[in-house]
Parts: sequence; C-alpha cells; structure tokens
Amino acid sequence: MEIIERSAAQIAREVSARTTSAAEVTEAALAHVAAVDGEIGSYLTVLNDRARDVAATVDARIAAGERLPLAGVPLAVKDNMCLVGTRTTAGSKILEHWKAPYTATAVTRLLDAGCVPIGKANMDEFAMGSSCENSALGVTRNPYDLTRVPGGSSGGSAASVAAFEAAIGMGSDTGGSIREPAAFCNLVGFKPTYGRVSRYGLIAFASSLDQIGPLTRTVEDSALAYDAMGGYDPMDSTSIDRPLEPTAPSLRTDLRGLKVGIVREFATGALGGAIDAVYKQAYADLKALGAELVEVALPTAEHGLATYYLIAPAECSSNLARFDGVRYGLRVDGADVADMYEKTRAAGFGPEVKRRILIGTYALSSGYYDAYYVRAQKARTLIARDFDTAFAACDLIACPAASSPAFQFNSKSDPYSMYLMDYYTIPMSLAGLPALSVPCGWVTPPGGERPMPMGLQLCAPLFEERLLLGAAHAYEQATKHAGAHKPALTMVGGR
Amino acid sequence: MNSHEINGSYPTLSTEKIDVRYVAKLARLALTDDEVERFGAQLGDLLEHVDTLAKLDVSKVAATAQVVESRNVEREDTIGPCLDRETVLEGAPQRQGGFFRVPRIIAE
Repeated sequence: MEIIERSAAQIAREVSARTTSAAEVTEAALAHVAAVDGEIGSYLTVLNDRARDVAATVDARIAAGERLPLAGVPLAVKDNMCLVGTRTTAGSKILEHWKAPYTATAVTRLLDAGCVPIGKANMDEFAMGSSCENSALGVTRNPYDLTRVPGGSSGGSAASVAAFEAAIGMGSDTGGSIREPAAFCNLVGFKPTYGRVSRYGLIAFASSLDQIGPLTRTVEDSALAYDAMGGYDPMDSTSIDRPLEPTAPSLRTDLRGLKVGIVREFATGALGGAIDAVYKQAYADLKALGAELVEVALPTAEHGLATYYLIAPAECSSNLARFDGVRYGLRVDGADVADMYEKTRAAGFGPEVKRRILIGTYALSSGYYDAYYVRAQKARTLIARDFDTAFAACDLIACPAASSPAFQFNSKSDPYSMYLMDYYTIPMSLAGLPALSVPCGWVTPPGGERPMPMGLQLCAPLFEERLLLGAAHAYEQATKHAGAHKPALTMVGGR
Repeated sequence: MNSHEINGSYPTLSTEKIDVRYVAKLARLALTDDEVERFGAQLGDLLEHVDTLAKLDVSKVAATAQVVESRNVEREDTIGPCLDRETVLEGAPQRQGGFFRVPRIIAE
C-alpha cells in the first residue's frame, strides 16, 4: 500500500518513528495530486511550496524530540477556512482573489499537531449546497464515479480524502455539509457538538449552526483530528469553555450495554429496496455488536427542513452583508455607494447565494419576522426537545445520513430537491448535537455502472463525542464496508 | 383547513406574491428582470414548503436562538495583539493612504 493510501494514524506513527519523513509523505501527496486532481478537482489551490516548508518544519520538530499526534499527515483545508497568506475564496467570485490575513484556530491546531496543508479544497459557494455544484470556481467529481457529485458543501475535502490526495479533510457542517459528502465518498464525516470546535477564521454562513469537523477514511482518524482541533478558544465567543475529553483512547470494539434508538419517522422503506436493505442490515449489525435497539420518535423532525430554510438563510443574509465591495474582495464601480454595493453583490454572488440572501432578508423583514423567523426558532425548540425525549430512552440514535447515494451532475435542477438531500442531517444540526456518518454499504444506483457508498448516521447527546466515536469505531471495525470497493482512479501513487 | 384558521393573522406566502425587487433592495442586491422572475417563482415555491410550520402549535414555546449553553462574553478593556493596518488594507479593493476608499457618500 502506498504511503498516501494509509490512514492518518499510520502515517503519523511512521513519521514519528522516522521510518519515513513528513517530506517524503508530502512529496508523494503532491505528486499524486498533480497526477489525479485534473480529473477529480478537489482543490482550488494546491499549496506546493507551503506544504514543503511545513513538512520540513515537522521533520525538524520530530528530530528535536517533539511528539506530534498527526506528524506529516496530508491535510485538505476547506476553502472557507483562513490560512494566512493563502487564497481563501469560500468558492465564490466575490472572494476569488482574497488572501487570508490570519489563520483559523482549527487549522492552527491541526498544523501544531503536525499536519501538512496540501491545498484549499473546493466547496459549494459559502457552503450553500449539497453537491459542490454551487462552487463558482471549479467542478469536483466523486472519486468513486466521475459522472457523479462528491456531495457538499464540503465536497472538495471529501473528494480529496477519498482520492488519497489528503488523509484528513477539514469540513464545515451547517445542515449536513460534512456528513452528506462523507456518505457519498465512502468516508467518516464527523460534526461535533455546536461550540466544540472554534469557528474563528471560518467564513460564516449561519452562525448558530456552523461547526467545523473532520472527514477521514477511518473513525480513528476522525477522533485524532477532533482531539487536535477541538476545545475552547477565546477568539470565538460561542466556543464552549469546558474540558475536551480525548476521544481517540475511548474507541470501542463492541456496543454491549448501549441502547440505540431507531427513529420511527425515518423508516427507510420508501427509499427503495436496495437502500432499505442496506439500513436494515446496518441496524441488525448494531444489534449483533451487542446494542439493544429501541424505537424512538422525533415527531417534529419532519419540520426540520422548513425550520432550517428560514433560520439558515436569515443568518446568512446577515452574515453576508459584509461583502459590500469596501473592505475585501470584489468591487464593481457604481454611480454612488449604494449602486456600488448592489452591483458588487450582483456580480460576486452566484444564484444559490442570492436565493438564500433573498429568503433570509424576506424572513427578517418587517411584517414577516414573527411569522417566519420567530416561528422557525420556536420549531427549533420543539426539535431539540424531541431529541431530549428520545435520549431519555436511548444512548445513541441511528438513521440514514442521506436518502440516496451520490447523484449525477445537473440532476437536481429544482432548488428544493437539492435541499431534500439534507432531510436526515438537518434536525441534528438544529439541536446542536454531535453526529457522524460512517460507511454502511454499497448500492448501484438505477442506470449507474458502479456501486456507490452509503452512510449510516449516528447521533449522540450534547458533548457525548467519546461515546459517538467509540460506537462508530466498533461498527466500522466489525463491518469494514469502506474497503469493499476502490475509487475509480487509475493512477493511485503513480502506478 | 388552511393555516389562517389555526393561526389567525399568520400570513401564508403561498397565496401572497413576494415583491422580489423590494426584498432585493433591502439586501442591496441588483437583479436582472430574468432573475426577478426566476427567484420570485423559486421563493414562492420554497415558502409554500415552509408554510407547513403553520401546522405546529408553538403558542407556548420559547424561541431558540442558540442550542448550547451560552453567555455574554466580556473582557477587560485592554489592548491585545491584532492585525496591523497594512495587512488589513492589502485585501481592500481600493485604498487611499491608511483608509478604505469608497465612492462619495454625501452629495456635494
């Protein structure tokens, strides 16, 4: 197995033991990116020189006796996260040429732990989308079938890890933007409890929902990445000031003593026979590992999409007001300052961003604020209460991460059909809960030629990241679905 | 049963035409005629879906702005490290000396 195909944990062990070096791993990763990324399109910017410099520093730190949990691990940074001196676009024309003047806390922490930044990864513009098709700056293809999307919005990060162009991808999840692309690309994608990972240096979409987390090829790698990036940060006033218990030492091999809730409202029968069979098998496997399955109800979850599509656009319309052509990014000249604002934003934002700004502005406007925005915030309370009730009867919840495997490009032309992709992930986001997607089987979509991965979503109560990752590890190790098929790459490692 | 019967004055957008131009003005977004038509139809469609929230009884429910414990964060009013002016101005579309340059705001 080529070094770049190994897990982050294995790479870090080898670099730490000096059986290889961060420089060698980085050269292999950069060569592989040069070979395959023209086809995959994971990265908007490849950081060749920066990666080599950081790798040299990592090797010097190891030689000086430092212990680095992620020594030499190739890292993909979603392009809505700042890395000082690098172009940081959020997938938008309005920031196409903007260079970050500082580094996001979560990125800093992964670099401190020994990661090497290979590139800035493509994404749906301002993280608004579920396929990466809303990027204004590039196309990213699913490494398991190049005719299909990688999911989104963290689609570039997902594709890069699936195609061995990185071992850890940094994603951000507002309504499913880590979990859905993880499911589509045969990865583990983990959204921690809201507030567990600092958002300082993350370009804001919906501030009460946005959360940074890892996309990796194994649960252990997600645990290592989370342990390194999480924890309180005074630079983010919503980051939570309580100790971060390391998750990597708590990975389990069975589920004995755990009650797993199966959601009554999320019955999978309507998703089609093949998909239904995948989830039925997944639940049976949880039981075989010692879990007791119990039925739980989330009666308000069906209102999750409606709630989300008021709250998230409302917050985005406010957050994106800062892109006005004055302090950073694109400016289009106008007759006066208001004309300059309007023309700059018209030229700089793509259609999905404009739609959401309009929805949000409308929902917050005089006469509609109480009827829409406040009502959605109340629905959010009910959704969170549903989870409280459910977790009185179970330790974890299991359900699909997405209702289908990765779909083909241009197959969701109606915006609402795209929004439906996040049906199963949005309720957890609204409740701030930690949740992840772990590979759970393969389905060949109708008309498709290749089997595509599916993801099982597991969700835990607030702050129960150790339990969540621990259980996911037991499931992953017992089922080993991820290894059943290889990406559709012909040039892995230059072979 | 429509949502008015449950919620009194709750406006349903499925029956109301959105003034997209007015909303775009509030959002400082110039739209073409084509966009006005397209976004108007799409927003109407979305708000029809969103109208399902009218079915929820939220009369005794408090609004949630933030799910996880949160508190107001204060700190001493002391000067700490921050970005220097030159670094910040490097990203500006137009500058003049140590300032962001913008079109004239106050008429002559």
